[in-house]
Amino acid sequence: MRTRPHSPAAPRRRRTAALAATAAFALLATACGGGSTGGDKGSNDSPDSLTYWASNQGSSIEHDKEVLEPELEKFEKETGIEVKLEVVPWDSLLDRILAATSSGQGPDVLNIGNTWSASLQATGALLPWDAKNLEKIGGRDRFSSSALAAAGAEGKDPAAVPLYSLAYGLYYNKKMFADAGIEKPPATWEEFQETGEKLTKDGKYGLAVEGGNPVENAHHAFVFGKQHGADFFDIAGEPTFDGPENVAAVKQYIDFLGKDGIAAEGNAEYTKNESVRDFATGKAGMLMWQAAASSLASHGMKPDEYGVVPIPLPGAEAGTDAQINSMVAGINMSVFKNTDNIDGALKFVEFMTSTEEQTILNSAYGSIPPVEEAAKDKAFSTPDLKVLRKVLAESSAPLPQVPDESKFETLVGTAMKELFAQAAAGKEVTTGDIKERLTEAQQQMQK
Amino acid sequence: MTTVTTRPTAPPPGPPVKSRRRRGPRLSARVRRAGLPYLLLLPAVLLELLIHIGPMAVGIWMSFRDLTQQYIRTWDTAPWVGLDNFSVAVDVDAPVGEALLQSFFVTCAFTVLAVGLAWLLGVTAAILMQENFGGRGALRGFFLTPYALPVYAAVITWSFMLQRDNGMVNHVVHEQLGLTETPPFWLIGDNSFVSLVVVAVWRTWPFAFLIIMAALQNIPRELYEAAQVDGAGIWQQIRKITLPSLRPVNQVLVLVLFLWTFNDFNVPYLLFGKAAPESADLISIHIYQSSFVTWDFGAGAAMSVLLLLFLMVVTAVYLLVTSRERKHDG
Amino acid sequence: MADTIRRSPTAPPNSFMWTRRVILTLLALFTAVPLYVMISSSLKPLHDVTGSFQWIPSEITFSAYVDIWDTVPLARYFLNSLIVAGAATACSVVIATFAAYAVSRYRFRGRRVFTVTILSTQMLPGILFLLPLFLIFVNIGNTTGIALYGSRGALILTYLTFTLPFSIWMLIGYFDSIPRDLDEAAMVDGCGALGALFRVVVPAAVPGIIAVTIYSFMTAWGEVLFASVMTNEQTRTLAIGLNGYATQTQVYWNQVMAASLVASLPIVAGFLLLQRYLVAGLTAGAVK
Repeated sequence: MRTRPHSPAAPRRRRTAALAATAAFALLATACGGGSTGGDKGSNDSPDSLTYWASNQGSSIEHDKEVLEPELEKFEKETGIEVKLEVVPWDSLLDRILAATSSGQGPDVLNIGNTWSASLQATGALLPWDAKNLEKIGGRDRFSSSALAAAGAEGKDPAAVPLYSLAYGLYYNKKMFADAGIEKPPATWEEFQETGEKLTKDGKYGLAVEGGNPVENAHHAFVFGKQHGADFFDIAGEPTFDGPENVAAVKQYIDFLGKDGIAAEGNAEYTKNESVRDFATGKAGMLMWQAAASSLASHGMKPDEYGVVPIPLPGAEAGTDAQINSMVAGINMSVFKNTDNIDGALKFVEFMTSTEEQTILNSAYGSIPPVEEAAKDKAFSTPDLKVLRKVLAESSAPLPQVPDESKFETLVGTAMKELFAQAAAGKEVTTGDIKERLTEAQQQMQK
Repeated sequence: MTTVTTRPTAPPPGPPVKSRRRRGPRLSARVRRAGLPYLLLLPAVLLELLIHIGPMAVGIWMSFRDLTQQYIRTWDTAPWVGLDNFSVAVDVDAPVGEALLQSFFVTCAFTVLAVGLAWLLGVTAAILMQENFGGRGALRGFFLTPYALPVYAAVITWSFMLQRDNGMVNHVVHEQLGLTETPPFWLIGDNSFVSLVVVAVWRTWPFAFLIIMAALQNIPRELYEAAQVDGAGIWQQIRKITLPSLRPVNQVLVLVLFLWTFNDFNVPYLLFGKAAPESADLISIHIYQSSFVTWDFGAGAAMSVLLLLFLMVVTAVYLLVTSRERKHDG
Repeated sequence: MADTIRRSPTAPPNSFMWTRRVILTLLALFTAVPLYVMISSSLKPLHDVTGSFQWIPSEITFSAYVDIWDTVPLARYFLNSLIVAGAATACSVVIATFAAYAVSRYRFRGRRVFTVTILSTQMLPGILFLLPLFLIFVNIGNTTGIALYGSRGALILTYLTFTLPFSIWMLIGYFDSIPRDLDEAAMVDGCGALGALFRVVVPAAVPGIIAVTIYSFMTAWGEVLFASVMTNEQTRTLAIGLNGYATQTQVYWNQVMAASLVASLPIVAGFLLLQRYLVAGLTAGAVK
């Protein structure tokens, strides 16, 4: 009954290997057969429903649903289109978008971090907002120009429209300032350092930073870089990470925790917004953050306990670019090109960017409406939002809108995380260390 | 689903089932009997093709392409770049290759340490618990719990304990015992390697313990009795009888532990997130970061292929060594 | 498991007793501390777990166990995990039983290639397969209209990448340890080969099959990587769902621990009940 082993092993093995190979190639052939579905043109095959991926703006996913669902119902009442909502957590949003892009099986409408605009634009998966499409949602002029500048590469039709705008501000704890005898919040870095040193005592610190979070690090590297006269990409979109100005910018940020000692060493491992918690609970006197109001409130810090001013500047003598003190932060809204409800998708974007919805949503999330008409609402005239609006309008710059931007955030941000770790372990971080890391990051960009 | 993948029927040489049928001059019963093993294997083979061989082929295809974000939507048009991805990955003087090599060394060191410690703890506990004593059964079940916990539950708990400022570990090490001047970091910097090893050992040593416990029960009691008659003490019995009889089970155990540890993705990913500290940058995480986080799937695929080659060599060596030993034993 | 070796009527020497006490105590501490932290933290109020660590909860509260169900849709994640892990286990046990029987009882062309393939594929890390598998699923979806990506089906299939080879490997070892005379006798009695498999080999291999079941279920229940890319809100499993307790503003550590315990309980209980089979299955091949 048992078949005996056949003698020469080689041909048998070769045959099976050949079999595996052919089967694999057959599979590969199917795999290569069609890259994406739906083609480049959207259709109106299913006009009654839309899938919408929202980013996590509120304090939790469930909170976002509570904010968005009543609005989506409103939209359904107006248009008869049912919107299926999924709130995607930040740590998986980009992976999910990538997966949707390569599979063609994604949502119809989605939120993206505005810094990803050019990167995602380069995939060609997003509907370009040409004049015709923009007209359908009320035209380009409704949006603030700085917010639109962060919606795609220069000279191309935007890949997205702005939905929520944010800017970095310097949050400070009024009581801690008063206790330390500080009369006014710092406006220059010199004053900032002084203030920080005064606040740093008895286990409390001048500043809280989110040192383990590559994205936050990269944002600050960009703004500090601007102030030092450095760009991380040249005009051709090639990375220029390791110039002396870039190194100086990164060093200034790392030194808060290292040489200057105004941020706690423990901040080097913060990745879960612990810096906001530290600020809210009085462990640190200052925080550089975007639209922190709702987070601070959830930690029990009342609006009159803190103030917001623009992030300090190098001083008046420096050039105009040096007067930049925030990136244009925010969330954009995009439509997937291969949506099967293109008209509905545009209607939905129109709805979400309508003055009324902009007012409701931005005030729920503590952000600033990129739609100028909505920004006039008194909901956005709280002291902190006034400051942030001014920063956004006058002294902010969009992160480089180049396809490799998301790589920049990852590589430079991660390099800075390692530098923070080094500083926190009590080892001096020298200019040379920083230069080495940045060079390494740059070479990884170019491969 | 499985039928779909094989639908574009493979050109000859066809699947073994067919070739065997053609070969037999008389069909019916004899063929059916000869075909039976293939029939039994068919589902497994189809699945293997779908989930292992197919993806491997696709991965190899990807490794020759410049598959960056420009092409992920229409990835079948990604340009052919020949061996570029590979030459970047193996160029150890440039940062990409250097980082890959570093990650490889970290993985090797981690594997050796974690497997060694897990085995050592497992063997020690098993030998000490060979003999019955009060509460032995309960203790045994208790020891096994970390292995039974889902990996995320275990690792998340550890990440909570390893926080620098509010974690339990520093509470003990720094505040209660005063062993360090400042609280050390466990999740960033060089110590993250230690954390990784400890967490991995915590999770896997019970498995070693479980297997060795079982193997010990198969040692015939007479051996020990005879040794006692000869006047051997308990330590001698352990050295002369217990340890040598564990050899065959160790072979399997160490292999299994090696595989789990070398390929571990979950522990570093859950402990450190997407950007693992350099000192704990295991190869799986490194490839993940190289492809998913920086959107360069061609480069990630090339690294995967290199890893594949390495593991194939390891497998071959393992098979060679064990089959030779079996010949010796037989 | 109760049949232990009694070495001698004379007690072991003191040195042995002390070594045993010390080492086992240390190991018990090593094991216990994280478990204690997990359990005690789940019983703490939120302010206890966000500040400095403390061994004893300032008050004991079960509020975390109530809140976990509202902060994220934990029940749905739980159900998804159950479906995915259950189906992956069932598939791999059935398929592995057939395959292992063929390998264990027959000598045929390709047998060696098959076993070597099985052995070597389980050496490969999941990351190797992540993107290719994803692309394959997408293409199957595009050419046949079967939407695999994002479905539980896709996740089940991917989980077979690690459960299947190990299951086959383990069952081959177990089947080999069952005397052939048994199934040959059955065949003489008029059973076919399949009859012999189901009436004789499978019943004799129950411990091995249970071992494979536990192993597969545990692996699928704990998997993180594939679940993070291959699932969406509707099909998300516990492994990924627990991230939901770390929100934009706050990590609800007490709820994280409570949810981890809820996710662990069935699997730990099942494992401790059935672990002796796992041993039997794993060692059958090696300790002959």
